[in-house]
Amino acid sequence: MTPLDTLKLSFSTVVSYRTRSLLIVLAMALGVAAVVVLTALGDGARRYVVGQFSSLGTNLVIVLPGRAETSGGFPGAALGQTPRDLTLEDARFVGQLPQVRRYAPLNVGVAELTAGGRLREVTVLGSTAELLPIRSMKLAQGSFLAHGSERSAQIVLGSALAREFFPDGTVVGQRIRLGDSRFLVSGVLASQGESMGFNTDEIAIIPIDYAQELFNTESLFRILVEAKSRNAIESAKAAITHVLKLRHDGEEDVTVITQDAVLATFDRILRALTLGVAGIAAISLAVAGILVMNVMLVAVAQRTSEIGLLKAIGAPAADIRRLFFAEALWLSLAGGAIGFALGHFGAWMIRLAYPLLPAWPPTWASVAGVATALLTGILASLLPAARAAKLDPVLALSGK
Amino acid sequence: MIRLAEITRVFHMGDQEVRALNNISIDIASGEYVSIMGPSGSGKSTLLNVIGLLDRSDSGHYELDGTDVTDLSENERARVRREKIGFVFQSFHLVPRLTAAENIGLPLILGGIDPAERKSRVDAALDAFDLRDRAHHRPAELSGGQRQRVAIARATIMRPTALLADEPTGNLDHRIGAEVMALLEGLHHAGTTLIVVTHDRELGARAHRHIGMRDGEIVADET
Repeated sequence: MTPLDTLKLSFSTVVSYRTRSLLIVLAMALGVAAVVVLTALGDGARRYVVGQFSSLGTNLVIVLPGRAETSGGFPGAALGQTPRDLTLEDARFVGQLPQVRRYAPLNVGVAELTAGGRLREVTVLGSTAELLPIRSMKLAQGSFLAHGSERSAQIVLGSALAREFFPDGTVVGQRIRLGDSRFLVSGVLASQGESMGFNTDEIAIIPIDYAQELFNTESLFRILVEAKSRNAIESAKAAITHVLKLRHDGEEDVTVITQDAVLATFDRILRALTLGVAGIAAISLAVAGILVMNVMLVAVAQRTSEIGLLKAIGAPAADIRRLFFAEALWLSLAGGAIGFALGHFGAWMIRLAYPLLPAWPPTWASVAGVATALLTGILASLLPAARAAKLDPVLALSGK
Repeated sequence: MIRLAEITRVFHMGDQEVRALNNISIDIASGEYVSIMGPSGSGKSTLLNVIGLLDRSDSGHYELDGTDVTDLSENERARVRREKIGFVFQSFHLVPRLTAAENIGLPLILGGIDPAERKSRVDAALDAFDLRDRAHHRPAELSGGQRQRVAIARATIMRPTALLADEPTGNLDHRIGAEVMALLEGLHHAGTTLIVVTHDRELGARAHRHIGMRDGEIVADET
């Protein structure tokens, strides 16, 4: 029996048992569609988060004081030294590196803000004019800290703070007291909510010198660095580590992280999540496979005398095995194809309903969904097909 | 040429042993017309199944057309059945999903005959068995006589040397049964060996050689 005849004959069988075939195909299709839709959701969430994260600022490299890796003891400790702080001078050296477009030193603290009889504690960032472009922040009114005027007592307020202290709306040019010093409000940040752990609507930004004075520290909280390009991120990271090691007497006592690394972590987590939901959806495919096996076993029992006849007119066992095998192939092929279409339609509907969520099913998931459907269908047909092929022709003919 | 030598076939029913065929030896020449008769349980159907290579014997030797087919593998037996044996059953055994023409062509498909050759042989068979206008009907839409004609057309489409019929008229009324027998006898006249199993004396008497069976043994063999 030629493969083409096997496929034709089994196709006509599948078509003639219409209800039975439709139900199996439906079960298969739902399984495949579930894989496609759920992975589209998972991958959409991943793209959404990664996209949001990238909008915080591009090509960002962050320098933290202290070492993240554990290694041998600090050699200076015996001489009564402590690990070196990250200083403004360090930041200036980092800023000179050829891979660096701009940098912003950062100090963070909490201080009391008073104006017009109102008082509250606020998170204060001390930095320079470069903070604004590096963090992709926007101003609603006025100007940011002026370049080269770190010594002038300016303050930029978050939008919520500005509203609370100056409800009448005239904010720029007002005087405000922060701790023991007086500042002139130069600008108001546009409202943009939570980002990297700060609610930027409720912070105040002052020049770095004032912040170090206010918090009585020489040490920086971190240095934000923007590399010249995406490709320059790794070499910038190496150069920063190198220059700071040189400045700290050969001691590698800073940690340099890149936003890429943070992004990659998120990416990994959400990919794992997508794989997880794909796995859960695949279970429904396994269930569909068991359904196929059940129906095929019933088919063998129903068609016992027909199998006997095929044997009587000279069909070898292999032909009979292949006939049932091909039937399962047709069923799972149809289920896979319909499920694929159904899943992509579902993902399209999700994208229509939530335009912000890029719910595109990943190619690997579509391929894996259809392949799993085929595989389970074929595996499920092995046992019934073998059972049919093994039937004794005389007994089978009499329907036993 | 069919030559059975000391064929024994034993079935086990629980702890009881039933000798369906007990040391049977028989020669049937090519082109003979033989009837096998006996009461039910006499072993006549088992004998037919052994001759048709559907069933194996537990001991003895079977030679078909000069070759020993006693110890053939299951696949080789299937091939011999396909090429040399045609079966006609009491209950027709047509595939309900397939049309008359497709049922007739089934052995050709199994034999891997190419489609053009298949079509011309099926067409010839449809004409020979007067089924031309029924070609695209399914078995459910055919009368009993037409169904048995389709079954006979299927049994002869591979041009077998022997045609084995097990109660071929058992499900047909007298007149239609006579027509079917005339058809089978026509094939015998064309040179095919015809072996008919029946418990109908009148039908059995039409054959040229009558084999009587009882309890797994041949009790009569007359021409």
